[in-house]
Amino acid sequence: MTLNVLPPASTESGLPEEPQRSESAPLRPARKKKRPSLLPYGLIAPAALAELLIHLLPMVLGIWIAFITLNQLSIANWVDAPFVGFQNFVNGLNPNSSIGAEFYSALGRTIGFTIIVLAIAWSMGMLGAVLLTTSFRGRGILRTLFLVPYALPSYVGTIAWAFMFNRSDGAINHFLVDQLHLFGGDRPFWLLGGNSFWAIVIVTAWQMWPFAFLMLLAALQNIPGDVYEAAALDGASLWKQFTRITLPMIKPANAVLMLIMGLWIFNQFNVPFVLFGAASPKEATLISPLIYQQSFSNWNFGLGGAMSVLLLIVLLIASAFYIRMVLPKPKPGEED
Amino acid sequence: MRTTTKWLAAVAVGAMTIGGMTACSSSSGGDANSTKTLTYWASNQAPTIQGDQKVLKAELAKFTDETGIKVNIEVIPWTNLYNKILTAVSSGDGPDVLSIGNTWATSLQSSGAFVPFEGDALKAIGGKDKFVASSYATGGAEGKAPTSVPLYGLSYSMYYNTKMFKAAGIDTPPATWDEFVADAKKLTKDTDGDGQIDQWGVTMAGSSVSNNAHQAFVRGLQNGGALYDADGKPTFASDGEVKGIKQWVDLIGADKVVNPSDAESVNGSDMAATFADGKAAMFFDQAPGASLAARNFTDYAAAPVPMETADATGLLGTQSHVAGINLSIFKNTGNLSGSEKLVKFMTSVPAQQSLNKSFASIPVVTDAYDDPAFKTDAIKLKQEILKDHAQPMPLQVSEGQMETLVGTAIKNLLAQAAQGKDVSESDVKSALEDANSQMTASQ
Repeated sequence: MTLNVLPPASTESGLPEEPQRSESAPLRPARKKKRPSLLPYGLIAPAALAELLIHLLPMVLGIWIAFITLNQLSIANWVDAPFVGFQNFVNGLNPNSSIGAEFYSALGRTIGFTIIVLAIAWSMGMLGAVLLTTSFRGRGILRTLFLVPYALPSYVGTIAWAFMFNRSDGAINHFLVDQLHLFGGDRPFWLLGGNSFWAIVIVTAWQMWPFAFLMLLAALQNIPGDVYEAAALDGASLWKQFTRITLPMIKPANAVLMLIMGLWIFNQFNVPFVLFGAASPKEATLISPLIYQQSFSNWNFGLGGAMSVLLLIVLLIASAFYIRMVLPKPKPGEED
Repeated sequence: MRTTTKWLAAVAVGAMTIGGMTACSSSSGGDANSTKTLTYWASNQAPTIQGDQKVLKAELAKFTDETGIKVNIEVIPWTNLYNKILTAVSSGDGPDVLSIGNTWATSLQSSGAFVPFEGDALKAIGGKDKFVASSYATGGAEGKAPTSVPLYGLSYSMYYNTKMFKAAGIDTPPATWDEFVADAKKLTKDTDGDGQIDQWGVTMAGSSVSNNAHQAFVRGLQNGGALYDADGKPTFASDGEVKGIKQWVDLIGADKVVNPSDAESVNGSDMAATFADGKAAMFFDQAPGASLAARNFTDYAAAPVPMETADATGLLGTQSHVAGINLSIFKNTGNLSGSEKLVKFMTSVPAQQSLNKSFASIPVVTDAYDDPAFKTDAIKLKQEILKDHAQPMPLQVSEGQMETLVGTAIKNLLAQAAQGKDVSESDVKSALEDANSQMTASQ
């Protein structure tokens, strides 16, 4: 898997490597190798600088915004916006205020949303990957086809779904109500009310599963076929082979996949924004669109910033916990 | 060898850093070339963005001929315009001249990012006396130099399908809200006998936050309420507002004269499409003329928006906000005199006549009305509405935020009504109180 490419690179970059050197050059100990070379630092400097500018600086700014009053009065000259300490956190995160109550219900909803979408996307990806590891006629075509939702620009795919979800002339109601005669002829809403939550679940799962499929397919192909042959000879059922061989052998790739997808899904913004516009229905308000709404529709960047900071902390804790618990630890010999 | 490599690396790093820096500086503009070309962000007035491009390109070619200044036109959809302006304000990197919805004028004025029209700047664009007074008053908060001047004038009126009215035996358009609802009920019917209603009395864009906010403003005033009190405090849940917004939500709920599917509709332009397809008999809009013409639809007429009593005057007689599009100059423009020339050109009599004809809006410059095209009944109606039955949207700094909060609250109420849930007066009140508390919490 691609995860193993990092460690060897560091040995060639001039970092000291005590045991090897002391054996091969016993007469000139330590002098030459202790002189640090500036070259590697020079080489990574542009990347480090770019990283600083592109990722770290905006993050620090975002945290700063949470502590100032930033609205239409101060935005033109935001460097001088008044510092208000934790006031934004108090306003935005107090569960008894309407803004705070909205934030916590959106947070809970987003966690549920993440778990549901992750489960659907992963299962579909796994099913697709297992089916397509065996070779058969037309496998290439299917593989390409499965990747279409992932290759399509997110906005384009979602706009198509918005048309399909339309209550009066959408394809979905046409199929369910006009063709299958479900719901007693009463057309359900998909973009309003409770169903709107399922609309974003469906579209997000549709967009995410090809990624799961792709990663799992790559992982599956690393499992040697003779393991399965041996298991089959021992009389293991297909299900047993899946749970005892497939899952454990792809665990490292799987763990990373879950983390990446989970974070993506948690931060979902495009789909609700395209389906519902700037204001999502109450039943389908996820955390990122809510922050957007506070910041950009209500011109209250301080509050949006405070919510983002809290979100960042929640995600950091969850990720750290996950990495410690689930991700495979490096074996003693591989530690760097 | 080692030294050579080091030097090479140093040179490479240096080259990349300098390359990055020049890339930054060239994008920030302000060099000699940019003074010859102005960037203008236009709002979407025609049925399509391409339509706007075409109209403006033809008109601004004349400007380039006159002054030698080229104009780079970017037409921005309404859903993005506000955010784009906001981003431009915070980054300081924006267009030279831009169109804004006039209801945002006070909010944007408070940002301090736009050129105030006073003294020389006002003189350079041709003075304030050329403008229609009620439109000019929308340029910013009272008592401050406006940071925008009117460009296109608009007002809400009621558009109705003349054939459907005739078929239903309705001779004159409804003047009161009760008559309006009664007529709408008559016009809501199943025309092909399949058990499904296919012609609705009224159509609306229930998910359009700004349309909803406009209705809250008008219906609230008609019922004796207001969105802000005399001290500028938000009073979204005042009795008149609750009553007025309940009337609007009831069109889908209790009265059942609007297709519930309309609650999903995000774009105001959906209304003209539904109306032209013969699926609805009436709707309230500002300037659907161009959209209807693009669909070759002519069986319609305009009438004033109905009021509580036919002879209501003053605030109770409000039928529309003083709607329209304004023009602002961005303070960071590298070419102030060129920008002023462009504003002067856009608000000149010939440009006003040709642009307002193209966009089915009304001129904001008094002398432009000499053109016979602006002496039609429809235009006269709009002029009368603007003169006697229109109030400016609250000239408050938080107006933009109010539109979002109240418009969203109404969107959610309409969604409930569309799904068959009863929306009572107390539901409306609590939704508006909720919006009001978000407003005060974030002040």
